[in-house]
Amino acid sequence: MPAPDRFLPLRLARGLPLTALCLLLSFGPSPAWSGPAGHLTVFSAASLTDVFVVLGKVLEQRNPGVGVTHGFAGSQQLATQIEQGARVDVFASADQRWMDYVRQRGLVAGVATEFVRNMLVVIVARSSPARIARLQDLATPGIKVVLAAAAVPVGRYSREALDRLNGAPGFAQDYAQRVLRNVVSHEENVRGVVSKVQLGEADAGIVYRSDVTPATAGRVLVLDIPDRYNVVASYPIAVLRAAPNPAAAAAFVSLVLSPLGQRVLRDHNFTPVNAR
Amino acid sequence: MLADRWSARLAGLAAALFLALLVLPVASLLLRVPPGVLLERLRSPVVTQALWLSLLTSLASSLAVIVLGLPVAYLLAGRAFPGKRVLETLVDLPMVLPPTVAGVGLLLAFGRMGLVGRVLTPLGMTIPFTTAAVILAQAFVAGPFFVNAARAGFEAVEPQYLRAAATLRSSAGYTFLRVVLPLSVPALLAGAAMTWARALGEFGATITFAGNLPGVTQTMPLAVYIALQSDLEAAVALSAILLVFSFALLLVLRHLPSVTAR
Repeated sequence: MPAPDRFLPLRLARGLPLTALCLLLSFGPSPAWSGPAGHLTVFSAASLTDVFVVLGKVLEQRNPGVGVTHGFAGSQQLATQIEQGARVDVFASADQRWMDYVRQRGLVAGVATEFVRNMLVVIVARSSPARIARLQDLATPGIKVVLAAAAVPVGRYSREALDRLNGAPGFAQDYAQRVLRNVVSHEENVRGVVSKVQLGEADAGIVYRSDVTPATAGRVLVLDIPDRYNVVASYPIAVLRAAPNPAAAAAFVSLVLSPLGQRVLRDHNFTPVNAR
Repeated sequence: MLADRWSARLAGLAAALFLALLVLPVASLLLRVPPGVLLERLRSPVVTQALWLSLLTSLASSLAVIVLGLPVAYLLAGRAFPGKRVLETLVDLPMVLPPTVAGVGLLLAFGRMGLVGRVLTPLGMTIPFTTAAVILAQAFVAGPFFVNAARAGFEAVEPQYLRAAATLRSSAGYTFLRVVLPLSVPALLAGAAMTWARALGEFGATITFAGNLPGVTQTMPLAVYIALQSDLEAAVALSAILLVFSFALLLVLRHLPSVTAR
């Protein structure tokens, strides 16, 4: 559920004179500026937390009448909330599955577009007493590993990547099984995995490359999973049929797909779609 | 007369709305799941595991709170002392704290890198991600319910009984055990029931501090939450089971005081 926006009335009030101005101008012969206005609610996968906050601010700056509220959680949870009638304009999922779930229920307006990709990495707590220098070390008995729950997209991808490593050169046949035996918690979203490793409570976890933000980089080491065994997460975005503010929703989606949006995403360690 | 009748009607309406608010979600949960499905779910290992874990941890945390909270309640029920206000506020704090905040606090205290955890780890004791962490989280969140109820019970004991005991040269400890405690039994039981119910429903502090692993830290509320993310029907069934279970146990506990009072 999105946190109630305490500043919304304030922000709307601040936007009012401008909105009024725009309205006036739009009746004139040549409208100087007529963009979307009003309140926009975006539900996005937890892995998008930092980057979508930035893009939301860009949208607000470009369209002074718009106020963006974010709801960040596991995609599966957001999909369920949308199904249950949450008033949301835009949905950005960390996998196709939960976008399909929403689309099959007739809740998407138009089409869902893939806007970014993400890869998996293993993060290791710098403070960890266990010596984890290679992916193989995750299978050492006694190591504390956290993964996202299997219902969460990143949790599914993580298990898939571990399975692919079974029997790979230098890996045991039952590598995945051994790692799974070390799992001490199935977190409800990817940020839960990050925070438990960051706090040093778990030794290692599997997260998206984009989760290694400047804020976390000081506390974790990153182990890459070779491309051949890695899972590429594909993120779709869509405007919802019941969107209270379709104009602002469309503006946000096109911002995300624009060169600027893609650059911001790349800066946050995501893989832009047009770069591939 | 007329005003009287109107106020009675208004009160009736208010009560009806309040009861509807309580009954509707409960009834909807139960109506959605046929009893056959409920019984079938009860046989699935995930459910039995979570149910057992919930039962064990909530009983353990309640017991811990009762044993450790009793002296605190007695202290607070007695005469004023420096810092009493601060202690009272401290005891109430977990009731107003969002459980997730409690979970973060517990991690920073008892986590592997935490204030206390740092000392425990070399001794081979790590708390996060264990069943002990679940019990700790529940005790933290549910503790105030018992302490406050017990304190109210102690305060309600007529001072004349204490004076009578004193004239008979009963020691303070003896008076507490033979006079104060027996007279407070209904309040203590009510407090224990509330504590137990709160512990059984604990979610936020548990998932933050203890994580979520079936059979180890996945209690019923966590199982419901995780099921909700992938299988709505399973989540509804789990919720219904937890509901029936909690209602039955609360009902039994509610009846205990009247039985023992006789």
